[in-house]
Amino acid sequence: MNKKQRKMLLRIIAAVALALLSLIPALEGTLEKLLFFACYLVIGYDILIKAVKGVLNRQPFDENFLMAVATVGAIALGDYAEGAMVMLFYQIGELFQSYAVGKSRRSISQLMDIRPDYANIEGEDGELHKVDPDEVAVGTVIVVRPGEKIPIDGVVTEGASSLNTGALTGESLPRDVKPGDEVISGCINLSGLLKIRTEKEFGESTVSKILDLVENAGSRKSRSENFISRFARIYTPAVCISALLLATVPPLVQLIGGGSPDWGDWLYRALTLLVISCPCALVISIPLSFFAGIGGASRAGVLIKGSNYMETLSKVNRVVFDKTGTLTQGVFRVSELCPVGVSDDKLLEYAALAESFSTHPISRSLCEAWGQEIDSSRISDVREISGRGVCAKIDGVEVAAGNAKLMAELNIDCGEVSKVGTVVHIAIDSTYAGHILISDSTKPGAAQAIADLRKVGVSKVAMLTGDSKDVGKSVASQLGIDEAYCELLPADKVKKVEDFLASGDKLAFVGDGINDAPVLSRADVGIAMGALGSDAAIEAADMVLMDDDPRKLVTAIRISKKCLRIVYENIVFALGIKLVCLVLGALGIADMWLAIFADVGVMVIAVLNAIRALNVKNL
Amino acid sequence: MKKTYKIDVDCANCANKMEQAAKKTEGVRDAVVNFMALKMTVEFEEGAVPAEVMKKVLANCKKVEDDCEIYL
Repeated sequence: MNKKQRKMLLRIIAAVALALLSLIPALEGTLEKLLFFACYLVIGYDILIKAVKGVLNRQPFDENFLMAVATVGAIALGDYAEGAMVMLFYQIGELFQSYAVGKSRRSISQLMDIRPDYANIEGEDGELHKVDPDEVAVGTVIVVRPGEKIPIDGVVTEGASSLNTGALTGESLPRDVKPGDEVISGCINLSGLLKIRTEKEFGESTVSKILDLVENAGSRKSRSENFISRFARIYTPAVCISALLLATVPPLVQLIGGGSPDWGDWLYRALTLLVISCPCALVISIPLSFFAGIGGASRAGVLIKGSNYMETLSKVNRVVFDKTGTLTQGVFRVSELCPVGVSDDKLLEYAALAESFSTHPISRSLCEAWGQEIDSSRISDVREISGRGVCAKIDGVEVAAGNAKLMAELNIDCGEVSKVGTVVHIAIDSTYAGHILISDSTKPGAAQAIADLRKVGVSKVAMLTGDSKDVGKSVASQLGIDEAYCELLPADKVKKVEDFLASGDKLAFVGDGINDAPVLSRADVGIAMGALGSDAAIEAADMVLMDDDPRKLVTAIRISKKCLRIVYENIVFALGIKLVCLVLGALGIADMWLAIFADVGVMVIAVLNAIRALNVKNL
Repeated sequence: MKKTYKIDVDCANCANKMEQAAKKTEGVRDAVVNFMALKMTVEFEEGAVPAEVMKKVLANCKKVEDDCEIYL
């Protein structure tokens, strides 16, 4: 509790004490009324002052004015107890609201407590000095001890360790790093001492960008939020006018009809309306729900740049994926060995040795697949034939590795191979020895993600790729994607997305942030994936999935759906109860007690419900 | 030009009122109050002096919500 809240708590205690005192039977009549009046002043003096100021500033319709009129009215009608109690409950409600909001504000900032406080720099004497990370220049070598956070993005120069990236990605599996690896700020160093050469300033580092993004997320307001603030602006004056009418019209009608006007009764009903007219429960619960939802999502490794995107995401019915790097690994690996007359190992060994002098990605994936030290003394007479492949002598034996054209030139029959990916044929001593298939494999979670997407209400899943038809169609059928558009240039992708948008679908585009920035910004929600360390992606996208698992998208949609459900629950619940109370109040069934309980109670429940959005586990 | 200021305000509706008041201030193109982060982002008109404009913004906000503060 802050100072303001403690002061309010003391006032509430004092007011409650005064109210209890007046229950003593001996204090009936004037003394009891005096006690309630004192209680009223203790608890409500600031409201009265604010109400007067509001009128002086020509801003009459605020909640202070309403409460002041309602309670002063009640006291004028002789209901001292009621006036004091309504004010007391109102203040208790306000205190609770301010406490709950402060509490959730803190708990969300704790969730996001990944800001490093210091960086260690080794002095000339070998001692470590703690400095403000803001002051570390690019290229400085910093030391990160086990248990400490990496303060600034950089490259490991010394030491090996494993890193906990949980705070950024929501992933619990540690990541191993060794000299030469890039590391990002916000990770926790788990085991060994690391020396890191910084590559960015603190303000440009991943951790700063993420914090900035999440903190500013609330500034982009959703349609529900705008609706509520517009509603609040109309609601309060409308109820006040109704109250005025209620206090004057029915008694006058009764008077004209010859009956008794019952001024007091109608005035009381009008005052009850005023108590109900506070829009606070509504206004607080909506942004709080979004704030909690965005905070919870960032804990799960999903960064959402604004409440508006949270809202759109929950309504998405078409997801368009980029292929390379999003659904597939984006790296070429040996996926199949088809030897003819030799063993698998032998085939791979010869291919790797023959290609070992090349830096082509295909060659490197062969060497990687073989996984052993290349003994260059075994290789001689290497001839690279551009667009064909490689010929070399290995252990004195002539080996050729390349495509079908190379085999044709060497008059070796390799047959027809119709497989998706790059096929490397091998001939040993002019005899065909089989082929190796190298392809970009799909991510392990991709098929699962597509299946789950359909469960969360995404009926249409499409894939865009610049790759050939064969590759595209095969990946799409492997993953269960119904529409695949292949051989697209970047501009074609934008065109395709625009076509989808024209058909009225709510569309999310998922890409890796490389080359697809125009598409990301064109979609209703542009989602960049695997953004660890990629600034371009964080800038261009509306939402960022911190690791490159496509299943995170499903989690994100579930989080947004939960958050929006809470928002709608709160709108319907708070508005519903208010309307019921308004009607009951106007009919004279609900009294002021019920009105204030409805107002405060609705707010408490709405706030507690909003905080539920923070919990995103098991989604 | 856009600038962000830290603010202090107690209730969400008051924050909405501050936003309205700031938007109507001369020299302000747009203003957004983020109640949860207690921040106000003000986009100034071309050629406006932020320090001058913010004084007016604060005065206007005080009018609608006596209990608010903008840390300039």
